[in-house]
Amino acid sequence: MGESSIVVETAERIFADLCDPQTVNSAKDDTWKEALWKALTENGLTLPWVSEEHGGSGASLADGFELLSAAGRFAVPVPLAETMLAGWLLSQGGIVSPEGAMSVAPVQPKDKITLNADGTLSGRAQNIPFAREAQHFAVLAHGAKGVTIALVAAKDCRREDDENLAGEPADNLVFDKTTPLKTGSAPKDFDQTALMLMGCVARSLQIAGSLQYMLTRSVNYSQERVAFEKKISKFQAVQHNLAKLAGETAAAVAAAGSAAETVATGTPWNDETTFLEAAAAKIRCAEAAGTGSAIAHQVHGAIGFTKEYVLHRFSLRTLGWRDDFGNESYWAVELGNRVARRGADDLWPLVASR
Amino acid sequence: MSSLTFDPIRLPETCQALRREARAFLSEEIARGTFDPNNPRRGDSADGREFAKRVAAKGWIGMTWPKKYGGRERSFLERYVLTEEFRVANAPTGVYFTADRQSGPTIIRYGSEKIKADVLPRIVKGEIQFCIGMSEPGSGSDLFAAKTKATKTEGGYLINGTKIWTSNAHKSDYMIGLFRTSAPTKENRRHGLTSFLVPMKTKGITCNQITQMSGQREFNEVVFQDAFIPEDHVLGEIDGAWKQATTELAYERSGPERFLETYYVLTELVRAMGNNPDVRSAEGIGRLVAQLHTLRRMSVSVAGMLEAGKEPVVEASIVKDMGTLWEQALPGNARTLAAFIEQEPGNQMPLKKHLAYATKVAPKLTIQGGTTEVLRGIIARGLGLR
Ligand SMILES: Cc1cc2nc3c(=O)[nH]c(=O)nc-3n(C[C@H](O)[C@H](O)[C@H](O)COP(=O)(O)OP(=O)(O)OC[C@H]3O[C@@H](n4cnc5c(N)ncnc54)[C@H](O)[C@@H]3O)c2cc1C
Repeated sequence: MGESSIVVETAERIFADLCDPQTVNSAKDDTWKEALWKALTENGLTLPWVSEEHGGSGASLADGFELLSAAGRFAVPVPLAETMLAGWLLSQGGIVSPEGAMSVAPVQPKDKITLNADGTLSGRAQNIPFAREAQHFAVLAHGAKGVTIALVAAKDCRREDDENLAGEPADNLVFDKTTPLKTGSAPKDFDQTALMLMGCVARSLQIAGSLQYMLTRSVNYSQERVAFEKKISKFQAVQHNLAKLAGETAAAVAAAGSAAETVATGTPWNDETTFLEAAAAKIRCAEAAGTGSAIAHQVHGAIGFTKEYVLHRFSLRTLGWRDDFGNESYWAVELGNRVARRGADDLWPLVASR
Repeated sequence: MSSLTFDPIRLPETCQALRREARAFLSEEIARGTFDPNNPRRGDSADGREFAKRVAAKGWIGMTWPKKYGGRERSFLERYVLTEEFRVANAPTGVYFTADRQSGPTIIRYGSEKIKADVLPRIVKGEIQFCIGMSEPGSGSDLFAAKTKATKTEGGYLINGTKIWTSNAHKSDYMIGLFRTSAPTKENRRHGLTSFLVPMKTKGITCNQITQMSGQREFNEVVFQDAFIPEDHVLGEIDGAWKQATTELAYERSGPERFLETYYVLTELVRAMGNNPDVRSAEGIGRLVAQLHTLRRMSVSVAGMLEAGKEPVVEASIVKDMGTLWEQALPGNARTLAAFIEQEPGNQMPLKKHLAYATKVAPKLTIQGGTTEVLRGIIARGLGLR
């Protein structure tokens, strides 16, 4: 993905100006949110994966993925990834994206939304990120004629409030004969697994970005903090912990970047390598999230355990993102079963296929 | 801090074509009985020397080197593909692997024209084997404590002292050895070591084999008693070998051999599980495959950086650190996952044999070529902590 594009440069500037983690962490209220969202919208960053005729800014998949990495590096606390994914999903069904924040449903692989014969939707979708802050949902539903994409107004579905580890909305949605604003049929070979895999890539990039921040913050902190008359960075045990954090970060960056590149270059959703890349990225990034956040906290001591210090904004989001679009155990079972069905001698050809 | 980069490098179609060619070549070798792909003890496999010559005939030894020394000027990514295919097939690459990976490139960089013209074409033909003479009884991780001496004499140097743990010294034609030509200085304790090309047939060199806990006999103690090495066999700067060490490491540390050493265990685990594993086994296999895939993507990425002329020393150390820990833990993980597989009476699973062997070689994986602790120190330096 080479040099960062104009999209990413713009995004990083906006993030630095309007959602600096320390500033947001000490803010007394949510007024910063409005300014941030406005800047993101005005610069076309919320709908990069929607063509201009469908109301978006028509950026490449690759640019959008880089934007998500940057969002991870700032632990961006608005529904940016969710709106991006929703716009992308609506485009799959040929539906024009409305203005405002959106989210997608379902985000759990086993939740199923049904498109009834009368055109209404039924079913439950659990832990929809930022549902409370969204005006619309992009919904993937199963009907008699296969997979349908639907645009639903938030006010038309029932919501049970819940939250993720970082205290962000992760609400349950109930579709009870809900009438969508629009529907469109999904392209051939596009199904719920494709949506989950795309979500895996998005969350993997966010996790990797957040780990990059935690690594830098922890390295810097170790060079500021003194104990036993030395910078703690001079203790070999601390150095080795940070080296391990660097390794976990590197693994997450590599796995997420590789999966993003696979999708960005147009590998079909039902291709075995797309599955391997996206599922492996989610599994490995989720593992890195656990190991990596623990080290970042250990290096920080008590200060990192306070509300006032920024670390929790990253560690808790990173840990929370593991659970969206299928957690690592879910994908490991799916991947393990596929490997078993292919058989022992076909494992290496799969791994070496790219 | 330095930012770590792992760009998602894709293997170009030329590489995948080469992969098909490598697989065809390996199947032929298996068919003619050169080696048994189900035997991970590559060292005991039949005739490594003859095999090396046939690999050489394909142009696959020293393939990235300049044409004037017999190389093919092909890419690191192509070499990468061959390395991984040969490793996964358990092919007997021992004769040429060290020379191809590190000794040849060192000679290309630091050898005199005469040495290059003499030695490199023979490596490329698969005719000569190399060993690495760095460790000594009193000098392992701390390479700069080496004491084996090279004393200047008429037309060359006399070597005295002992190298140890030298893999395959007893079978090798040459060693690249690190010897003390001066005392370290107050300012620089790394000063005073020089790298030499050592013909192993030289009078005054004795190899004493040392058996390893896995039963292999790869280790040697190599004793030097007034062994004469001609002047033009010096590689690089006198007293300045420490400056030469780091670049080599990126090649040595990031290859697929740094996580595929026990791969056969995973293959046999999947075989033993069958097509319909229980959920615990499926999850275990899925995680292992995800971890392996990630390591490979990282390692390919480092190969891409090498191809682009960069020196990704920290990235390479990360790959080796994580890769060797992964391949070391693999037998233990496989053992846990296989705990409930029913074994048919009288029909011993290949997995059991492979696990036993892998468990016995596992301890060495995080020691050879730089221990975990040493690698973490290098990574920490890359992070700006030291
Ligand atoms: C299978 C195998 C093949 C080998 N082949 C060769 C070969 O061909 N040629 C060759 O020259 N050598 C070879 N070696 C030797 C290898 O390079 C050394 O074993 C290795 O460098 C470690 O040195 P050591 O064994 O003396 O351990 P030591 O250096 O004594 O280390 C012992 C322990 O102390 C730790 N330690 C040491 N220093 C530090 C530090 N600064 N900070 C924290 N921990 C530290 C180490 O990590 C290790 O855990 C081989 C080794 C093995 C196992």
